[in-house]
Amino acid sequence: MQVTSSVREPLVTGGKTVHDVTEDICRQVEGKPSKSWMLGMAVSLVALLIGAYAVFMLVWEGIGVWGLNKTIGWAWDITNFVWWVGIGHAGTLISAILLLFRQKWRMSINRAAEAMTIFAVICAACFPGLHMGRLWLGFYWALPLPNTFGSLWVNFNSPLLWDVFAISTYFTVSLVFWYIGLIPDFASIRDRATNKISKMVYGTLSFGWDGAAKTWGRYEFVALILAGLATPLVLSVHTIVSFDFATSVIPGWHSTIFPPYFVAGAIFSGFAMVLTLLLIARKLLKLEDYITREHVELMNIIIIVTGGVVAIAYATEFFIGWYTGVEYENYTYMSYGAATGPYAWAFWALIICNIIIPGTLWFKQVRTNFITSFIISIVINIGMWFERFDIIVMCLSRDYLPSSWSMFYPTIYDVGVYVFTLGLFFTLFLLFSKFFPVINMAEVKSIIKSSSSKKN
Amino acid sequence: MSDNKKTYWKGIEQLSNDPEFIKNADKEFPEFLPTEQNSEEGGGSNRRDFLKMMGFGIAAVSLAACEAPIRKAIPYVNKPVDVDPGVPNYYATTYVNGGDVCSIVVKTREGRPIKIEGNKSSKITQGATNAQVQASVLTLYDNERLRGPKIAQKNAKWADLDKEVINKLNSVAAKGGQIKIVSNTITSPTTLKVIEDFKAKYPTTELVTYDAVSSDGILKANEESFGQRVLPSYDFSKADVIVSFGADFLGTWISPVEYTKQYSKTRKLGPDKKTMSRHYQFESNLSLTGSNADYRYPVKPSESGKLVVELYNALGNKKSSNEGINKAAADLKKARGKSLVVSGSNDPAVQVMVNAINNLLGSYGKTVDISTPSNYRKGDDSAMKRFVADAKSGRVGAVIFYNCNPLYNYAGAAELKEALSKVSVKLSTADRPDETAIASDYVAPDHHFLESWNDAEPKKGSYTLTQPTITPIFKTRQAQESLMTWAGVAEPDYYTYLVNAWKALGVNDIDEVLYEGVYETSKSLTDAVEETVSTTSFNGNISAASQKIAKNYKGSGVELAIYQKVGIGDGSQANNPWLQELPDPVSKSTWDNYLTVSKKWASDNDLSSSQGECNKAKLTVNGKSVTVPILIQPGQAEGTVGLALGYGRTSAGKVADGRGVDAYPFVNLLNGTNSYDVFSGVTIEILPERYQIAQTQMHQTYMGREGVIQESVLSEYQKDPFAGRYRPQIADWREESGSTPAGALSLWKGHEYNNHHWGMAIDLNSCTGCSACVISCHSENNVPVVGRQEVINKRDMHWMRIDRYYSSDAAPDDLKGLEEAAANPEVTFQPMMCQHCNNAPCETVCPVAATSHSTEGLNQMVYNRCIGTRYCANNCPYKVRRFNWFKYHDNGNFENINTAMNSDLGKMVLNPDVTVRSRGVMEKCSMCVQRIQYGKLEAKKEGRRPNDGDINTACASACPSDAIVFGDMKDENSRIYQLLKIKDTEIDYITETEIHEPRAYHVLEEIGVKPNITYLTKIRNKDLKDHKA
Repeated sequence: MQVTSSVREPLVTGGKTVHDVTEDICRQVEGKPSKSWMLGMAVSLVALLIGAYAVFMLVWEGIGVWGLNKTIGWAWDITNFVWWVGIGHAGTLISAILLLFRQKWRMSINRAAEAMTIFAVICAACFPGLHMGRLWLGFYWALPLPNTFGSLWVNFNSPLLWDVFAISTYFTVSLVFWYIGLIPDFASIRDRATNKISKMVYGTLSFGWDGAAKTWGRYEFVALILAGLATPLVLSVHTIVSFDFATSVIPGWHSTIFPPYFVAGAIFSGFAMVLTLLLIARKLLKLEDYITREHVELMNIIIIVTGGVVAIAYATEFFIGWYTGVEYENYTYMSYGAATGPYAWAFWALIICNIIIPGTLWFKQVRTNFITSFIISIVINIGMWFERFDIIVMCLSRDYLPSSWSMFYPTIYDVGVYVFTLGLFFTLFLLFSKFFPVINMAEVKSIIKSSSSKKN
Repeated sequence: MSDNKKTYWKGIEQLSNDPEFIKNADKEFPEFLPTEQNSEEGGGSNRRDFLKMMGFGIAAVSLAACEAPIRKAIPYVNKPVDVDPGVPNYYATTYVNGGDVCSIVVKTREGRPIKIEGNKSSKITQGATNAQVQASVLTLYDNERLRGPKIAQKNAKWADLDKEVINKLNSVAAKGGQIKIVSNTITSPTTLKVIEDFKAKYPTTELVTYDAVSSDGILKANEESFGQRVLPSYDFSKADVIVSFGADFLGTWISPVEYTKQYSKTRKLGPDKKTMSRHYQFESNLSLTGSNADYRYPVKPSESGKLVVELYNALGNKKSSNEGINKAAADLKKARGKSLVVSGSNDPAVQVMVNAINNLLGSYGKTVDISTPSNYRKGDDSAMKRFVADAKSGRVGAVIFYNCNPLYNYAGAAELKEALSKVSVKLSTADRPDETAIASDYVAPDHHFLESWNDAEPKKGSYTLTQPTITPIFKTRQAQESLMTWAGVAEPDYYTYLVNAWKALGVNDIDEVLYEGVYETSKSLTDAVEETVSTTSFNGNISAASQKIAKNYKGSGVELAIYQKVGIGDGSQANNPWLQELPDPVSKSTWDNYLTVSKKWASDNDLSSSQGECNKAKLTVNGKSVTVPILIQPGQAEGTVGLALGYGRTSAGKVADGRGVDAYPFVNLLNGTNSYDVFSGVTIEILPERYQIAQTQMHQTYMGREGVIQESVLSEYQKDPFAGRYRPQIADWREESGSTPAGALSLWKGHEYNNHHWGMAIDLNSCTGCSACVISCHSENNVPVVGRQEVINKRDMHWMRIDRYYSSDAAPDDLKGLEEAAANPEVTFQPMMCQHCNNAPCETVCPVAATSHSTEGLNQMVYNRCIGTRYCANNCPYKVRRFNWFKYHDNGNFENINTAMNSDLGKMVLNPDVTVRSRGVMEKCSMCVQRIQYGKLEAKKEGRRPNDGDINTACASACPSDAIVFGDMKDENSRIYQLLKIKDTEIDYITETEIHEPRAYHVLEEIGVKPNITYLTKIRNKDLKDHKA
């Protein structure tokens, strides 16, 4: 029985009982898919198929179908990669770090956030694979496997290799964490299941959960351990992703501020994406009582904090560009002007989307309003995409030798592969929202005020 | 042997031989395969049959699918004496294309020529080559070459062709009709002898010589000045002051290979030589030569003739209105006998004035040698005009086009085409169905020069031999043998003919000459060129010439200056994709010609250009018009536009056809000779249509980045050899001075090089930007050609590129302003390739260690291991890594672009020592590691260390100006060791190479990547006040 302070707003509104929770959540899983779900699924599948064509052409013809060139070797591919990885940060942060900090409000959102993390990491992982010139060899040559090439090893100095380890570790831990959390809820669905198939499927998925106190004890213990394991990963993944740039020599990439800046940016974008998805899910799945104004506000506050960190990072980069007196870096930031050069539009898109518009969240009316929060969450995701695009393309386009300066123009295949991952993401998320309990019933039940009776 | 009636039989059935057996005897398989069909039930196949058949079918199909495609590798049954598989053979021979001659050494592998190098034995070219010479090996394997002779455009046999041609020629001769042999300049004395023999048989024969780009003006002027119609030999190496009026002598004028070699000698600087030549250039278009000039003055074509007169007057103390002329005159006066004035004009009057100036300055006998004439250009514009008139009037009965293409590259091509309809016998010896060949009745294709025997006399007394380096690939025939056949020689053998002819030179064993490839003698092969110039005293009529100039040189409106591009030249090798994709050294444009306009004209007409995209324009010259893209060219003289020859081919082959526009129709007549300048009647209409020119460099200025380009002027250098050096320092408490060079600090211990440490030094002062190295690298390293669209996509594959930077007029801190090139900029060329960094940024970031450092200082690229993440390319500060975006070999999309990798014929040019890279891998300069390995192995076989010079990279060996020096930085006797004044110092127990030459610098020294490529500062011979930032 959870004791909550009377001065705090309840985390679940509507005076839900334990039974109501079970009913509300399981209804989605047990019922027929709604029309809006079908529509969403259709759109996602179309995007996935169109994208799959782009992926096929990419692998069949070569990386040349993209708009990359001799100067700009990465553009949308790694932009999308970092963007998706960033989005994939919120879930684990919510479930692990907020668990350790005993933030109860996370309970009704962590399941969906974790699912989002896993799908986002899957989408992210597409890009390091697809951007390789020789995917058919790269996907296993990049792993430190024993081989017959005369003990030819991977290059442990390379940040790309660190990425392989960081992403795969993060993905594994997130997946396990998420799945363990699902087991008691699967068991609930299993117990309620009326048809054979559901019984069998959810029975298998719930690993024979018996609900004994000992089992619950172990469950909570494992959750705590995994939270402990996942916490450093939240920080490490994007740190390592930032090393791709920070350890290089390219002006604008070569920057020691990148690890904290990237992590903050990742949480910033991750929370924005969680907001986007939950605000939709809240309406479509009728979870208004579980995902409340309070949740939205708390998440918006985290967005304000991380967004502030990001804004300071931008300012610092500009300051250091000038202060170091390194002419190349100075050029990239100041004189050539991120802000005035040929990519000024992308720079200003970033500033507007990441600093100015999210700045309105300082107003309580804005951050507690569902509609403005929804719009801002989308704007932030656009802004964060531009942040990565700016870092990657802008810095590459004008580095050391002016003779190599160049512009990047995307092709339909750049867009297509991005659409592929968007389609994949939403397909997976919709499947999740239909077949898996989108809210952690077991945990939410611990935070409602009464276990048996309706209030009022 | 006695009759043996014994019979053997296979079985009792055969013995009895009954009809039933005979019926089935020769059927291998019985009809009654054990299928159920034949059982009593009968009727159709059942399930078991189906399974059997399907089983067989699947097995058969999968077996068939397993079969690998058959690739024929035919071994030698008897090993030829000279051919060892895997071991190259080198043959000294001569590149001949029209009047262009270059002594070369051809590398062959397994009987295939694959690479052209300069012949160091030649006193004329001294081992130099240029881009066109380097690329000519690919023309040998051009798919467009004719496979055999043609009669009326149909494939024919040589015997039939000979019979018909002899009959026709005889009938023309019998009627007394004229027979014309039309040719570009023939430098081969033996070929001329063959033509003499032909004339003996057909006395009405006349040789008509013309050149695509004529130098008739010089010939005529010398006839007037010295009584001899000759082209003198120039020696730029002896000139302290060089003044050129529009002569692009480093790029395209007469014999650029030779002149570049000479010129570069005057541009070298070092502790022992602190002087260099001063070079003035007056020109309309920014040429390669103008880009190298110390002082360049943009002038209109109509002014340039007058300026020559003004220079003459200025030498006689009459001030000119042009300050450049006054300055040049002052310098020339100081350098009497050590100066050279040349003009690219084809106007005899101007050339007479030039002769007068050189005479006044005492250049004759010193920098201009009239007694050793050159044979590069002998074309006679008026003779060609007479020929066209004769043909028009029907007086010409037969015409033989000997290795020339006047229907494309003669200014009056349209008129000639019309006139040819009146000529009954037309024959071409073209190697391809070119514009002239398709208008001829007979095509008797000549060998490519790499398949031929021949000789050439580029200068009086200097001979060079052409020998075949491959058995003729197609059923072509040496044109000289064709002429001999038609002249009635029964079994013509040009080789024997040549050997016999050379006996007159005192050569009894031609093999000895073939070994060196060149031969010098005072004897002469033909009596015709026996005359020597009796006097070098100048007899030109100066006042007549200057009056003519005053009369003729009147410009109105925009003026057009027609020029040649370094790669494509006159267009004869236009179907060579290496040359098409060679970036023009100045504009960095590929695959097109374009109208170069001045910046002022562009801004006056509100033209904007970005990424090479600009409007198209309709250029009309005296009634003839073409639609051509515009390129805004800094340095273009105001009020002028430029257009290159060599494009707009209609019948050169799939690579060249339809690329650009043909500028030959705009060549007009002035003072009796072809003029490549149009003074009036030029109108330009800007069209709304936009067109993107494929450029390999998008940004034109170096943004004042001293880490990249370090330059100074001569006077400063003489004071302090460190002049112009940018030496970034970083605070360091360990040093007494409190700071240390930025590049010296490192987290890493250096590499220990115990054996070799390969390095390269590039002298920015002698590099002219001619781009011979670019093609040489293509040829050596199987670098793919990607085509116009992919160049637009900025994916050219050049391992070796030449960065060209213009200066800007903006203040050093005005970074927006610095993006704009000056209207008449100073130009710097910087060859850029993999810098082989000792702390290579690419090496650390590759996840699979596909690029690594060798124990000899090379940054190695392992194609097999590369998975194509492109991280290395992103992290390369020099952006020299090239990615295989597509499969460039055996790919239909690149069939007519990358011809060297898409047909069996084209592939013969590939260097078997270098892998053809597959799609998805990164590639870059390997410092010709295959050559290094080869050199090391050769030395090892002889039990010694490689000597300096044994090993040379393709770029360094191609360089006509010796700007690139390659060698072992550990070898104290090597050129590079001495040039860079290397000292070995021990740091952290590792011997580090320290460079002590004041001019030597590493590009981007401050980022500490420690390249093995070193640059030497650019020094301009300018007054300090004239130097631009």
